[in-house]
Amino acid sequence: MSDEARLRSPLGRVLGLGSAKEGVAHWWGQRVSAAALVVLALWFVAAMVAVTGADHKAVVAWLHAPFSAIAMILLLIAVFYHMALGVQVVIEDYVHSEWVKISMLVLNKLVAFALAAAGIFAVLRIAFQG
Amino acid sequence: MSQAQRPLSPHLQIYRWQLTSVLSITHRATGLALAVGSLLLVWWLLAAASGPGDFALAQAFWYSWIGRLLLLGWSWSLFFHLCNGIRHLCWDAGWGYEIKTVYASGWFVVGASVVLTLFAWIAGYAVRGSI
Repeated sequence: MSDEARLRSPLGRVLGLGSAKEGVAHWWGQRVSAAALVVLALWFVAAMVAVTGADHKAVVAWLHAPFSAIAMILLLIAVFYHMALGVQVVIEDYVHSEWVKISMLVLNKLVAFALAAAGIFAVLRIAFQG
Repeated sequence: MSQAQRPLSPHLQIYRWQLTSVLSITHRATGLALAVGSLLLVWWLLAAASGPGDFALAQAFWYSWIGRLLLLGWSWSLFFHLCNGIRHLCWDAGWGYEIKTVYASGWFVVGASVVLTLFAWIAGYAVRGSI
């Protein structure tokens, strides 16, 4: 029996999708979010420079504008997605105890979601205030 | 069988550092630093959403010397990770693998990250209080 026939399920052979291309999802996610962040980070730096020394009223007025609010939300999504993927690789590389590693990988994802939710909530609250 | 007492590599005391590996680990380190920084960005946004009192508290932290020092570190980290990230995207596209090019792009990233950080800080101080 050939390796092909022995190692693959009958369904897998019929579908002929190979590895189903799922193995590169992390790699692609990291690159696509990186490309988005090139633009968003430049906007972010320019915005932070512009609001240097601004008081609360001015910062709220700036974030109240649709463009700033949408750009900040996109930045938060891209940042925390990119961060979760990046920190995941660092944990996988340096943490060798299995249960510590799995706990940290889960915690990493949950923290990223929580921070994204908190940041987006703050922006929306400012954006939808009177 | 006795274990051979071979020294472990790399021998850090005689190790000759290369720009390539230093920039690689710096990319990771700045990425982790930015992850911590993102925590304070969320804090700043929540403070702004909460009201003038909480926002003044957050601003007082950022304008303190420790706040400025952290911001300096984070702004350089952001520019380095951004520039070196673009370098990585170029490699992913198949460009710049020759050793000479790798070193040239590496030094360019180092220079660009410092220049961009200086530029952002000069601009920040220049517009400060103008809004």
